[in-house]
Amino acid sequence: MQPENLDFIAKFLKDRSGLVVTADKGYLLDSRLTPLARKRAIKDVDSLVQQLRTGRDAELERAVVEAMTTNESFFFRDGKPFDQFRDNVLPALMQARATRKSFRIWCAAASSGQEPYTIAMILKEQAAKLAGWKVEIVGTDISHDILDRAKKGVYSQFEVQRGLPIQMLVKYFKKKDELWQIDDSLRAMVDYRHHNLLQDLKSLGKFDVVFCRNVLIYFDQPTKTRVLDGIAAQMPADGWLYLGGAETVLGLTERFKPVATQRGVYSLTGAPAKV
Amino acid sequence: MKVVLIVDDSTVIRKVAGKIVRELGFETLEAADGRLALDQCEKRMPDAVLLDWNMPVMDGLDFLRELRKMPGGDVPQVLFCTTENDMNHIQRALEEGANEYIMKPFDSEIIEDKFRQVGLL
Repeated sequence: MQPENLDFIAKFLKDRSGLVVTADKGYLLDSRLTPLARKRAIKDVDSLVQQLRTGRDAELERAVVEAMTTNESFFFRDGKPFDQFRDNVLPALMQARATRKSFRIWCAAASSGQEPYTIAMILKEQAAKLAGWKVEIVGTDISHDILDRAKKGVYSQFEVQRGLPIQMLVKYFKKKDELWQIDDSLRAMVDYRHHNLLQDLKSLGKFDVVFCRNVLIYFDQPTKTRVLDGIAAQMPADGWLYLGGAETVLGLTERFKPVATQRGVYSLTGAPAKV
Repeated sequence: MKVVLIVDDSTVIRKVAGKIVRELGFETLEAADGRLALDQCEKRMPDAVLLDWNMPVMDGLDFLRELRKMPGGDVPQVLFCTTENDMNHIQRALEEGANEYIMKPFDSEIIEDKFRQVGLL
């Protein structure tokens, strides 16, 4: 790719989605944007960027952001955070919200739905304890296409074998030709909304638990700080934040502190100690 | 080192699955059908069985029933690994005491995931 086009698209992606593309990741641009260029009958990636530079093709702008978004997602990804959520956070949350009997959970990068549906399955397994409670799961993503997939809740054989215990497959999925459809009752538990983490988060409201896992890794330091501080502003003082295994708040923000002994779980600074 | 018995009538599958399982840190044993697998279990009860469904002489489901009747046969984690990918087969396998179910084709990530789910890793 021509250097001026690389500079332009790197800035474009950073501004639109926070994604940092350095010169050594040029291959990623080629591999993700070549299919898009082909689909739109544009000669090559350089020509595609030239068209993008006109600033007159909003649809292409959206398609480029979507094409560059990484959408890898598994059910019960990494296992332990979800065990921890079920065994520690959920009981503590139910105790803390016993009077109002409601709480809200946010999956900040819902991708194709595996994470919000994982949470929905965990809550469904606790249905007896949660009888009479109002629980909201909101899944947001920057990609419209991936949210459409998430809403459909249809997964390949490969996808339902990554992290999903077979008992859960039997209980919550139906086979539809060669694909697997998640149960309507779980689909109804998740409210999917299009949202860019770089934009104002206030419209989403407050969340008692936020899952923002494996998102910050794609951002530079100032963007990570901005996103974390934005999330902090959407949480009550006793809320919980989950980050991915390779992510941390250390050196990025003073708003969160790690929850002792619970890797990947954070609480707001100043909140009472958690277990 | 924990032992995984790989039961499949396909030498290619035994070879591929065996390599993946060994790379995960297990010792492997092999059997080409359910009857040979039972003989193997009598000699040395494995920690886990990776089990095909359709095989000559004795199929995977019959093997599983017999295994669970054997002394110590309740110990191995049994993971079906089969092309039978409909709900009916999966439910039957679980009812007969299978712990997990892998639908072919598989790769190393799926095997690793499933081993983790049954506590082998």
